[in-house]
Amino acid sequence: MAEAVFVVSAVIILVGAVGVVASRNPVHAALFLVQTLVGVAVLFVLNDAHFLAAVQVVVYAGAIVILFLFVIMLLGVDKAEELRIEPIFGQRPLAAVVGAALVAVLGTVVITGADVLTGLRRAGGDRALDGDATDIERMGRVLFSEFAFAVEITAALLTVAVVGAVILTRRTSRSDGSTSAETTVRET
Amino acid sequence: MLEAAWLICAFPLAGFAVLLALGRRLGEPRAGWVATLAMAGSFVSSVAVFFSLMGRDPAERRFVVTLFEWVPAGDFSVDAGLLVDPLSVTMALFVTGVGALIHLYAIGYMHGDGDFSKFFVYLNLFAFSMLVLVLGDSLALTFLGWEGVGVCSYLLISFWFTDEANATAGKKAFITNRVGDWGFMLAMFWAFGALGSVRYLDLFGQAGSLSSTTATAIVILLFLGAAGKSAQLPLYIWLPDAMAGPTPVSALIHAATMVTAGVYLMVRVNPLIAAADAWAPGVIAWVGVATALFAAGAAMAQNDIKKVLAYSTISQLGYMMLAVGTGAYVAAIFHMVTHAFFKALLFLGSGSVIHALDGDQDMRRYGALRAAMPVTAVTFIVGWLAIAGVPPFAGFWSKDEILAYAWDSSPALWLVGIVTAVLTAFYMSRLVFMTFYGEARHGTDAHPHEPSRLMTAPLVVLAGAAVVAGGLNLPFTKDLHFMGAWLEPSLFGNEAHLSLGGGAQWLLALVSMAGAAIGIAGAVAVYLQHRLPASRVELPAAARAFYVDEAWTRFVGGPGRRAFEGVAAFDANVVDGAVDGVGRSVRAGGAWARRVQTGFVRSYALLTAAGAVALLLWFLARTSF
Amino acid sequence: MDLAGLSTGWYLALAVALFAIGGLGLLVRRNPLVMFMCVELMLNAVNVAFVALGAGLNDVGGQVAVFFVLVVAATEVVIGLALVVAINRRRSGATADDVSLLKG
Repeated sequence: MAEAVFVVSAVIILVGAVGVVASRNPVHAALFLVQTLVGVAVLFVLNDAHFLAAVQVVVYAGAIVILFLFVIMLLGVDKAEELRIEPIFGQRPLAAVVGAALVAVLGTVVITGADVLTGLRRAGGDRALDGDATDIERMGRVLFSEFAFAVEITAALLTVAVVGAVILTRRTSRSDGSTSAETTVRET
Repeated sequence: MLEAAWLICAFPLAGFAVLLALGRRLGEPRAGWVATLAMAGSFVSSVAVFFSLMGRDPAERRFVVTLFEWVPAGDFSVDAGLLVDPLSVTMALFVTGVGALIHLYAIGYMHGDGDFSKFFVYLNLFAFSMLVLVLGDSLALTFLGWEGVGVCSYLLISFWFTDEANATAGKKAFITNRVGDWGFMLAMFWAFGALGSVRYLDLFGQAGSLSSTTATAIVILLFLGAAGKSAQLPLYIWLPDAMAGPTPVSALIHAATMVTAGVYLMVRVNPLIAAADAWAPGVIAWVGVATALFAAGAAMAQNDIKKVLAYSTISQLGYMMLAVGTGAYVAAIFHMVTHAFFKALLFLGSGSVIHALDGDQDMRRYGALRAAMPVTAVTFIVGWLAIAGVPPFAGFWSKDEILAYAWDSSPALWLVGIVTAVLTAFYMSRLVFMTFYGEARHGTDAHPHEPSRLMTAPLVVLAGAAVVAGGLNLPFTKDLHFMGAWLEPSLFGNEAHLSLGGGAQWLLALVSMAGAAIGIAGAVAVYLQHRLPASRVELPAAARAFYVDEAWTRFVGGPGRRAFEGVAAFDANVVDGAVDGVGRSVRAGGAWARRVQTGFVRSYALLTAAGAVALLLWFLARTSF
Repeated sequence: MDLAGLSTGWYLALAVALFAIGGLGLLVRRNPLVMFMCVELMLNAVNVAFVALGAGLNDVGGQVAVFFVLVVAATEVVIGLALVVAINRRRSGATADDVSLLKG
């Protein structure tokens, strides 16, 4: 059963990924992205990470992709992109080579390393997955004990991101009607 | 009180700092007074240190005041410390004492000069450097002071730099001294290589363990430095030209203090000289006596009053080197002190004369100034008698002691020395007669007059010192050998012992008195009674200082210049070429590599991905499966 | 590695494939929004690897890492989209290649 689920989701994920890369229309790409994200969420469920699966669907597929679509609509850039033209000389062949090399190298790592890794099963403890607690409980415990500091920093990061986004998109009231962001771009 | 020895150096440094910051605002004459007070404070500190050193047991009269760690570099560490011992305190005493008087004199002399305050800035900096040189507890610190006085000498010689000749004279002094400094530096490196330290106390303690070859090399190289600073043959050439500076500078730097630094250095390292081969002190003695004779000969035919005194200084420094070479360190320091008094006096007196005659330095236009300037004339005559070796003036005692040791070492040295003494008496008498006696030869528009009290007061004080300074070290009994006893802790028993009996000493003294009399009598015959035309005595060759300067010019202008040009070409092509080449190749490489920076985010992403692949490959290659 | 046990290796292989596709997309697409989506693909590939390894090692640390990656992805999208908006105000329809002033 699990194998069947894995294979189906893997196919969904990869088709979605290829769709993102190959869609000429960014709206289509966003929808393919949702497909991939949901497939990944299924894999999370398969690994008993129910909380993460929920977050994946709510935050990623929900919030982030909606944000993408929102910006696409806002800017009106939903026209199709000509994919047959490549302005940068040699970019595509080199990208293909590097991509192939990446697959080859990472594949080697996985094939040679997977068996080694699985032999390192941890036994019990707060962080063990085979205890009585639910995965939310486990994560909560670890996040607010061992990773408490990192969680706080994350909060700061989110705040900074919000402030940064506001500053980047803010319109300043100048006489020529330009914005601070425009000024930034012009100066570069 | 000994710990307060740093005050000796601190006063001139403070004066320098204050004048540097506020000199122009203080203006004339307050800037001069600040500088003079700094020197006076330094002198008082020296006196205090002197008395507290006197209060100690002679064996314990050596004291190092460590101020701070100066150059910490691994095993090599140089602390900035002051070595307070009888020798350095003696030097400090007369440097600050004579220095204070000359500062005072300069307030009057520099009156009305546009750069009045700047002059005193330099003077105080000089005094500070000189005291660092004297009191430094290591060769390195002495070298610091050594270079400092060199710089100040340069600045002060070319003080009136708008005149091309003055600027050139400054450069000549500086560059000639660099030749000697080269020897000093090599000696310092060699000493460090051999002993691992440049501190005097370490050098003295371990001098015996040096091989005599090493000790000889260090001594000879140090002597090269000393010959540059103390104007010995063949490096003396800068000193006559250095007279381009204001007269107080000539008195302070180029007569009383800085030029004696070389002699001081040689006396300071007496344990090294003792460890060296016997021929090393012989070289020093012969160079010294040759310089003495040579310069005395040149002084006979100079018409510029300051040039006469300059050659006279060189000659007297030659005497001091002769004393060092014969092991008569006490006599060297003794003569240095008496010379500081009477030569400073003579220079300041000549300054008064020049001042009175509106800057004219040519003695042929002087004459009969005795009536117009009685104080200057009387004090000058005291200085004359002192340098000519007429008892009981100071110069007689110190010169006689040197000659006695010279006789003891080699009669040939004595013979040259006594001939020099005759010449000295002659040329100094000539100077006095041409200036103060005979008929007035200056133009009618010149009105010679006595300078202000500010300038005559130092003359009187120095004249007094020139009379009585002989009492510092009288030869009659051992008890009267004050200076000899005082300096003993600094000499480590390396002082030569006079083997002459009392009778022989009396005889030598009589001979040198007779020599002085002959010299003076000769000058009387030529310049007062005119029994012989002066042109018969004033040889053209002597007037040109026996063409040594010309020989140097020809050498440096010919093969020397070609060598320098070769070095310059090497520097421009090979050394600079290497440096420029590095720069050019980096530029070329950058010009090529900047093409990677396309500005396209996707290109950067591609490079990043390629880098990630490379990193992974590297990890894989390192991992053993 | 056998399929029957559904070992960690299969998840990792899937992650590699996903990562490579995302990376390739980043290199060839010019629309900045699509490029950001490709970045999301790569981040998801890493997430899959984290969760699978965590499960394989019996450690909740993998899931915790994914949690943080989610947060970082969210901030990255916020900033990135703000930049896209800012750039598009200046030049409508600009692609990543159009913003290449910062070149050597």
